[in-house]
Amino acid sequence: MKRRHNILLWLGFVLVLLAVLTYIPIFAVFAVTRDIPWVNYLLFLAAAVLLAFGLRRAFGQPEIYRGKILGSILASLSLLLFALFCFAILYASKDIPASETAVRVGQPAPNFTLANWDGKQVNLSDQLKNNRAVVLIFYRGYW
Amino acid sequence: MRSFEQHLNDFTQRHIEIAAISVDSTDNSRKLSQEKGYTFPVLSDPAAEVIRRYGLLHPKGGEDGQDIARPAEILIDSSGTIRWENLTDDIRVRARPGQVLRAFDSTIGK
Repeated sequence: MKRRHNILLWLGFVLVLLAVLTYIPIFAVFAVTRDIPWVNYLLFLAAAVLLAFGLRRAFGQPEIYRGKILGSILASLSLLLFALFCFAILYASKDIPASETAVRVGQPAPNFTLANWDGKQVNLSDQLKNNRAVVLIFYRGYW
Repeated sequence: MRSFEQHLNDFTQRHIEIAAISVDSTDNSRKLSQEKGYTFPVLSDPAAEVIRRYGLLHPKGGEDGQDIARPAEILIDSSGTIRWENLTDDIRVRARPGQVLRAFDSTIGK
């Protein structure tokens, strides 16, 4: 008798790919799903459940379901991708110098003049004269 | 920065100016601002001089080993004094506009 395809394994693996690939273009755009990537964690969790059931029936009912070898490969790849995701989120994105050297609250803000992208020179004291406050957003840039 | 642009009204109503700073060239900042529709100044500090003066240097943090800025948000009052700052320890986790507005309301806004 021809054994049945084990679709759960593929579904699980597709969810893992989605969990990895959706973070930067979609969920990292919004603070609520970026700071703690809970949507992506949930996708990984759902993938783990599907893969677990898929593997269970591949190994438990090998006379009915296929997927012993394929399932092992997909599950290993999934684990690897999950590990890479966790590394990026929990380690790589925190790999910045400590902030001890930074100017502190209560200190005077160093004055500066820098060029805006339209060529205009922007001076901090001038900005402060015309406003009640200035918020400086320092960012890593895109090089 | 995208979320600050979306809440820019709340800042202008309070007479708060926003300015972003990175080591990007003015050309790159122009591309970024036009692509994302930023209307606040996006300033270039290619030699990281101002970034260094603020103590926010990430030495060799860039992809090709350039010195870049570590992420931070700094609130300065009209006397030039720093009244609030957010020095994140995670490049993904940045201050939200609401946090900065609350900080303004509770320190300078009164």
